[in-house]
Amino acid sequence: MATTRPHPAEPPARLWRNPEPKRAYDVVIVGSGGHGLATAYYLARNHGITDVAVLERGWLAGGNMARNTTIIRSNYLLDQSAALYELALRLWEGLESELDYDFLLSQRGVLNLAHTEQEVRDSRRRVFANALNGIDAQWVSPPEIAELCPILDVSPDVRYPVLGATWQPRAGIAKHDYVAWAFARRADQLGVDLIQNCEVTGFTTDGDRVTGVETSRGTIAAGRVGLAAAGRTSLLTDTLGLRLPLQSHPLQALVSELLEPVHPCVVMSNHVHVYCSQAHKGELVLGAGIDSYNGYGQRGSVHVVEHQMAAALELFPVFARAHVIRTWAGTVDVTPDASPIIGPAPVENLFLNCGWGTGGFKATPGAGWVFAHTIATGGPHPVNEPYGLERFATGALIDEHGAAAVAH
Amino acid sequence: MLSIECPWCGPRDEAEFRYGGQAHVTHPDDPDALDDAAWGEYLFFRDNPRGPFAERWCHSAGCRRWFDVVRDTATNKMRPGTPAARKPVSP
Repeated sequence: MATTRPHPAEPPARLWRNPEPKRAYDVVIVGSGGHGLATAYYLARNHGITDVAVLERGWLAGGNMARNTTIIRSNYLLDQSAALYELALRLWEGLESELDYDFLLSQRGVLNLAHTEQEVRDSRRRVFANALNGIDAQWVSPPEIAELCPILDVSPDVRYPVLGATWQPRAGIAKHDYVAWAFARRADQLGVDLIQNCEVTGFTTDGDRVTGVETSRGTIAAGRVGLAAAGRTSLLTDTLGLRLPLQSHPLQALVSELLEPVHPCVVMSNHVHVYCSQAHKGELVLGAGIDSYNGYGQRGSVHVVEHQMAAALELFPVFARAHVIRTWAGTVDVTPDASPIIGPAPVENLFLNCGWGTGGFKATPGAGWVFAHTIATGGPHPVNEPYGLERFATGALIDEHGAAAVAH
Repeated sequence: MLSIECPWCGPRDEAEFRYGGQAHVTHPDDPDALDDAAWGEYLFFRDNPRGPFAERWCHSAGCRRWFDVVRDTATNKMRPGTPAARKPVSP
């Protein structure tokens, strides 16, 4: 008997055009991850610069943006870091309505655990520093932690007892793909060309000036070029003979099968070396440190995954029977002081946004805001002024290793 | 996990080793002659290629000696019998 099948639904309207690259733009951004897209959006929104192309070697937001663990927070120790990440967090808080896109920002709070007396001192110091910078942070005791996150083992008889934690209530998670699509749609509406499958292979120069980029789809002239290519940034600057203080490493993460909502916040532990949250859909999302060696393979070592799962079980015995569904790795560019480089390159018309290491996602709107300012005006915004390349000659490093969520 | 060939102990799991970064970075002969930029270059700037990379490893859970290896950073293939492999580099 013949059955009638319903017609497939019309495909949804596209969120952005898919234009052919023009031969010239005022600004070319290399890399359409979160940072590249946010930069293009703020170039248009804040500076009226809309003759912009964002070039992507693969597909939009298919690199580290698709591989991160989606955590947002601003509880950094140093003033320079606090300013940058708090700018981002304040932007996050208004971004869903501004971009008219629900990217599931969930300010469920982050606990950074302390397991040693020294960590207790360091953590309390960070709480005081946060308070001085107007950032919400509290010191919470084990009984308070047990209320905030009942599944966390705060008993005193484990190998690394939880002695306390810092608590930032405004921290949380967001759906990373949606964030990229939200920026992409708005940037596109403002006239930005988002061009996928267009790999930048080098630059065109005139003396000491960059005049454009060589791509797999031909030469594209540009008044200014902004690099937001994360782990591959130094491969691009190598073509100019420009060395950067970057080392690219695999950074692994993994998700479990879907579980009922059991984990109400984000938990990070530097000491047992893991961080964990539960995605909106129900997966546990776990990350830890980078693999030690340089690598572009987008895969890491099994023993690193084993360590992070052992650390997770130390904190959450309830996860013992959860199955790992996927593991993956991104390629992160780590600087010697664990802070990013945002500013003009020592080559005219070229601008750097790189070195975010393991922490680029949370900064996405803030990075875009200050990088757009830097490209539009030729000089840094007050917030990214300390983040110039010159700090590796002056020695004015922004050494945030100690306050990073998980050491790397 | 990488399988790394220690020139003294043979192939062992990566977990026995400590990574030492780029090989053949020599200490400046006359540090006092360097300006800040050149000193910063020596301290902080390393090659970061996608492809063959001469790097140092220490067999920290074994013989505890340093050695050089050429590894492809895209494929993790290590070139055995690197000429400098048996010659510990100065720290």
